Amino acid sequence: MTKGKTVAGGRKAVIMNLIKLVLLASLLVLYMIPFFLILVNSFKRKITIIKNPLMLADPKGFSFENYSSAFWEMNYLRAFGNSLLITFVSVVFIVLFASMAAYFFARTRSFAAKFSFSLIVAAMVIPFQTIMIPLISIYGNMLGMLNMRSTLIFMNTGFGMGLAIFIYYGFIRSGVPVSLEEAAIIDGCTPYQLFFKIVFPLLKPTTATLVVLDVLWLWNDYLLPSLILGKKRLYTLPLSTYTFYGTYSSDLGKIMAGLVLTILPVIVIYLILQKQIISGVVAGAVKA
Amino acid sequence: MLLIWKVIGNLRNKKQAERKRKERFYEKNAMSNQIKTYIMFAGPAMFFFFAVVIIPFIYGVYLTFTNWDGISEKKELIGITNYIAVFQDGGFWSALLLTLSYVTVSTILVQVIAFLLAYLLTSGLKGQNFFRAGFFTPNLIGGIVLGFIWKFVFSKAFTAFGDMISIPLFESSWLSDPIKAFFALILVTVWQYSGYMMLIYVAGFVGVPKDLMEAASIDGCTNIQRTRHIVIPMMVQSFSICTFLTLTRCFMVYDLNVSLTGGEPYGSTIMAALYVYQKAFKSKQYGLGQAEALVLFVVVAVVAVTQYYLSRKKEVEA
Repeated sequence: MTKGKTVAGGRKAVIMNLIKLVLLASLLVLYMIPFFLILVNSFKRKITIIKNPLMLADPKGFSFENYSSAFWEMNYLRAFGNSLLITFVSVVFIVLFASMAAYFFARTRSFAAKFSFSLIVAAMVIPFQTIMIPLISIYGNMLGMLNMRSTLIFMNTGFGMGLAIFIYYGFIRSGVPVSLEEAAIIDGCTPYQLFFKIVFPLLKPTTATLVVLDVLWLWNDYLLPSLILGKKRLYTLPLSTYTFYGTYSSDLGKIMAGLVLTILPVIVIYLILQKQIISGVVAGAVKA
Repeated sequence: MLLIWKVIGNLRNKKQAERKRKERFYEKNAMSNQIKTYIMFAGPAMFFFFAVVIIPFIYGVYLTFTNWDGISEKKELIGITNYIAVFQDGGFWSALLLTLSYVTVSTILVQVIAFLLAYLLTSGLKGQNFFRAGFFTPNLIGGIVLGFIWKFVFSKAFTAFGDMISIPLFESSWLSDPIKAFFALILVTVWQYSGYMMLIYVAGFVGVPKDLMEAASIDGCTNIQRTRHIVIPMMVQSFSICTFLTLTRCFMVYDLNVSLTGGEPYGSTIMAALYVYQKAFKSKQYGLGQAEALVLFVVVAVVAVTQYYLSRKKEVEA
């Protein structure tokens, strides 16, 4: 009797699991359809796309022509290089300066330190749109610093400080033992040696989280770069995609190829570093 | 004899004075040392932070009291005229109202779908990680590109699909009808963020203590009872995080708005952030645009803080 019940329960569980699996699989297919459509159509000629965007392949076979023209007309390599440079340097600055500041705030009880930290945390609620107009009038009209990649890196660093300091601060408070630092001071470490040789290596997991969050943000950022970089040779990938779309909006094949090219680097990185990216996003959201 | 005492006394005084001076010197040194370490460690961060966030924010408040057009040299102080103009600017309020309804609908839908996905993806199925990674994918890509992808889907693929099996809902492009275009924005938002919030809910589900669940089963709880009385109360923290994140992100939506609808058709889908952008950089009313940006900031802050406190109250210690 009991045996029969467990078998029935087991079968029921198997069927339930199967239903769940089918449900999830069909949902995932639905989620992926937009990407799939873009990919399929990027190999087709303009006429066949307009005739039937749902057809899987062009009757004349696959063509890579869209890709080669999109690649050159988007100035893909240059835009990719700009994105890479801006993202990389900004992330290095954010990680370096934020970890140093957070360490200082976590270990000092002076009024100045407390006040600075509270100010930074409070300012995290200010949305970018509230700052962009004065930002452009200061750096554009007054200082004439627009159309420079370094200006964008400078601003990215400033905007990245809040979250980074906040996350580092929490980790240093809970995860870095003071006794270790005291031992290092007795051994005669200077403050910088102490930080870079002992504390900073301990912050590795937090640094990884921040790198994931900041790379995703900076690589895809559009509004700030569009305000700072007005010259085509300075364009980042999102900017050049936007302009490319505006110029060739009727030439669908090229557009599809351009979109695939823009997405491709991120997807490749995601396939390699999937675990790190997902755990970074979760850690960042839960801590912040 | 007396002289000797005097000399010794003098010496002692001198020593004391010197010690005092030294002490004072060390004190001063400690003070300047503190300043030095502040500059050494927090200096660069504070410099960037002030230059990019604090100074522009304060200058922005000043701008709202001027009639600057973004180009001319002269700026006149005009008092609170801009703020009065904000209240009379019907376009701004309808954009804000549209944003509020967009935020409400998408936040609710995102939570429901993300929660269900997370529930299904923590029940020990094979290939859980693969599914989680798959649903998260849209979040790797920026709003601009996502908007363009969906623009193609709505205007070409959906219409072709509608023609093929003749569903009237899909026969004309969603983007050419004001109400359907609004729901197009919601659909893409829900599609994107449900995968993101799912990850946070998954973390919440995994964090529910196993012994608690076992104890409930032994006490004869059914699955539904367990979910209702243990899992959901334990998930309140995840709820508050996810709602907060979705709310604040949706409020400031700009990229998707620009690339998917561009505010069209007939300017019916202009959200608050896009409206502020156009006010300042297109119609060159910097003062008014900035005043509207500040009003938007206050609205977002009030909504976010209220949400935060309401959900904090309901949290349970694990």
